[in-house]
Amino acid sequence: MELTGAEITIRCLQEEGVEYVFGYPGGAVLFIYDELFKQEQVKHVLVRHEQAAVHAADGYARSTDKVGVALVTSGPGVTNAVTGIATAYLDSIPLVVISGQVPTSYIGEDAFQEVDAVGITRPCVKHNFLVKDAKDIAATLKKAFYLAKSGRPGPVLVDIPKDVSNQKAEYSYPATVSIRSYNPQVQGDIGQIKRAAQLQLTELVRLLGAPCTNTLMGLGGFPASDQQFVGMLGMHGTYEANMGMQNCDVLLAVGARFDDRVIGNVAHFNSVPRKIIHIDIDPASISKRVKVDVSIVGDVANVVSDLLSVLNSSKQKPDAAALKDWWKQIAEWRSANSLSYKNSSELIKPQYVIETLHKITGGDAFVTSDVGQHQMWAAQYYKFNQPRRWINSGGLGTMGFGLPAAMGVQLAHPGATVACVTGEGSIQMNIQELSTCKQYRLPIKVIALNNRYLGMVRQWQEFFHGNRYSQSYMDALPDFVKLAEAYGHVGILVEKPSDVEGALKEAFARKDDLVFLDFRTDSTENVYPMVPGGKGLSEVILAEDL
Amino acid sequence: MRHIISLLMENEAGALSRVAGLFSARGYNIESLTVAPTEDPTMSRMTIVTSGSDDVIEQINKQLNKLVDVVTVMDLTDGDHIERELMLVKVRATGNDREELKRMTDIFRGRVIDVSDKTYTIELTGTEHKLDRFLQAIDHTLILETVRTGASGIGRGDRILKL
Repeated sequence: MELTGAEITIRCLQEEGVEYVFGYPGGAVLFIYDELFKQEQVKHVLVRHEQAAVHAADGYARSTDKVGVALVTSGPGVTNAVTGIATAYLDSIPLVVISGQVPTSYIGEDAFQEVDAVGITRPCVKHNFLVKDAKDIAATLKKAFYLAKSGRPGPVLVDIPKDVSNQKAEYSYPATVSIRSYNPQVQGDIGQIKRAAQLQLTELVRLLGAPCTNTLMGLGGFPASDQQFVGMLGMHGTYEANMGMQNCDVLLAVGARFDDRVIGNVAHFNSVPRKIIHIDIDPASISKRVKVDVSIVGDVANVVSDLLSVLNSSKQKPDAAALKDWWKQIAEWRSANSLSYKNSSELIKPQYVIETLHKITGGDAFVTSDVGQHQMWAAQYYKFNQPRRWINSGGLGTMGFGLPAAMGVQLAHPGATVACVTGEGSIQMNIQELSTCKQYRLPIKVIALNNRYLGMVRQWQEFFHGNRYSQSYMDALPDFVKLAEAYGHVGILVEKPSDVEGALKEAFARKDDLVFLDFRTDSTENVYPMVPGGKGLSEVILAEDL
Repeated sequence: MRHIISLLMENEAGALSRVAGLFSARGYNIESLTVAPTEDPTMSRMTIVTSGSDDVIEQINKQLNKLVDVVTVMDLTDGDHIERELMLVKVRATGNDREELKRMTDIFRGRVIDVSDKTYTIELTGTEHKLDRFLQAIDHTLILETVRTGASGIGRGDRILKL
């Protein structure tokens, strides 16, 4: 059957079962948009900025088992998408991003809206393609979806010149894909723990009787309400998690990659003779920063399930006496109560807002976040019991991620409770998406912890730069309530601690509305505990130290 | 330590820049890099000379393996192998120097492949070390131009890098 490149593109998306495409039209993708218009199976979500298209596709992917899809035009369409692509790349999120390109005969001529999309995205994609002939579109898209979700997942960009999308070619969707150069030893899934893996992991932790911690990206991978959970580790991890990491005899790392925010200073981390067992889907993640003693390459669900059968048939049991001593030590560290904070009846404490959010939503919401102090408080105080509920840009640390990601989550889970925890700085990096939320009636609850500062920058300036708050004060802030109203939503200003719970209740009772909650929080509050950059896990600043 | 890494990759536009980009993005050294299609025109063979600690070399191998265009990777330095590099040197060859340069070329088993009344162009093949020694052996001031390909490598005997 002869079809145009644009028709083939849409057919491929249909074949892949794509439900939503997040995008923004422009000259180079007009033929593709024309074909989108002629069908109903693949729904298009019109964002207000291409960065948001990619974040929304990303949020969709993180909260489901599916590949997120974004569609942007050439030139600025692609460059705007790059931040979103890099965000997905660092967090191993499966995306297919389709970009338009100037016609093949114009490539290299500095044509209008021309940019070397494949070149500019090369360092931040798992792979990318420039399709030069319509007959190659189907095979390329098949490969793109396969690459995005297999092995260690990641974003894949497919660049389609305008003439190629209008060129006719014979179409059939390939049943299988074979890439001789790519043969992941294992088939994986999104870089977050799946429900099945969580259950197995829980069983393993019970069997071993050891304490369990999660990275920022892994929160929900093990139930936070479990007795054996010692909280998040890393730069803003709990005292007991970090001290446990530093002082344990054996560390079993499941899909974690020992990055600088997780283990701090490598030499300090290596200064104790613990043994490390590392399970990861990506061989290159093993012994990259920290040399490990035993490595197992594989999908976490499979490896943990194999481990369980070995352990269950073994006569050896964990050393109960040693574990008892270890738990006694953990309890001692726990008693430091490193997440405690002094609540106030005058000023709204951000931690209190998150705790109340947890209470009001029964701990069962999808929570997206932007980047900064509010992100850390959400991670610390919203106790995630399930995987894929905590959606944040952990690797790249992209401000402006939260709201568009929440759109993707809400579309993937209609009827579910979706909260976007943000700050007055981050929200302004993609605030135009309030318009998209109105168009698609997405009843997201925006929880803005508005402390009038780029809080994390301010905190570092307080700790490490002599209280010189260089450019971290957010002057001339908009009236967020009026702004939300201008976009057709509901805005609520909350200035008193006694109003926090009531406002949250009111907001979540409005099932069909996007509610923007502007919490005026204590601007001097800091995130504790804190392991300063370049320090070791036990070199921690606790709230009481100051 | 110096390593010589050999790999097979798709003979496709952009494949070379994926490899080169990996080295610059992750701060790995490239001393030389050569690439050309193999007997199968869909595939290219690349030889990279690099240096680094054992940990860095392990990461280089793993990261190269992750590239979708890279089919297979072998660290030739892990076993017996042969390396060859081609060098073309244009020298000022006048008067007494003409004979001396020809003699040196013969000693190093090179060939003079182009002659003008004032110059010779000498072709020399061998290891990096041998080519370096040749350049040291002749009068430095006579060298007009040097072109080197960078090392190509192959395993000895049964060590074969093939799909």
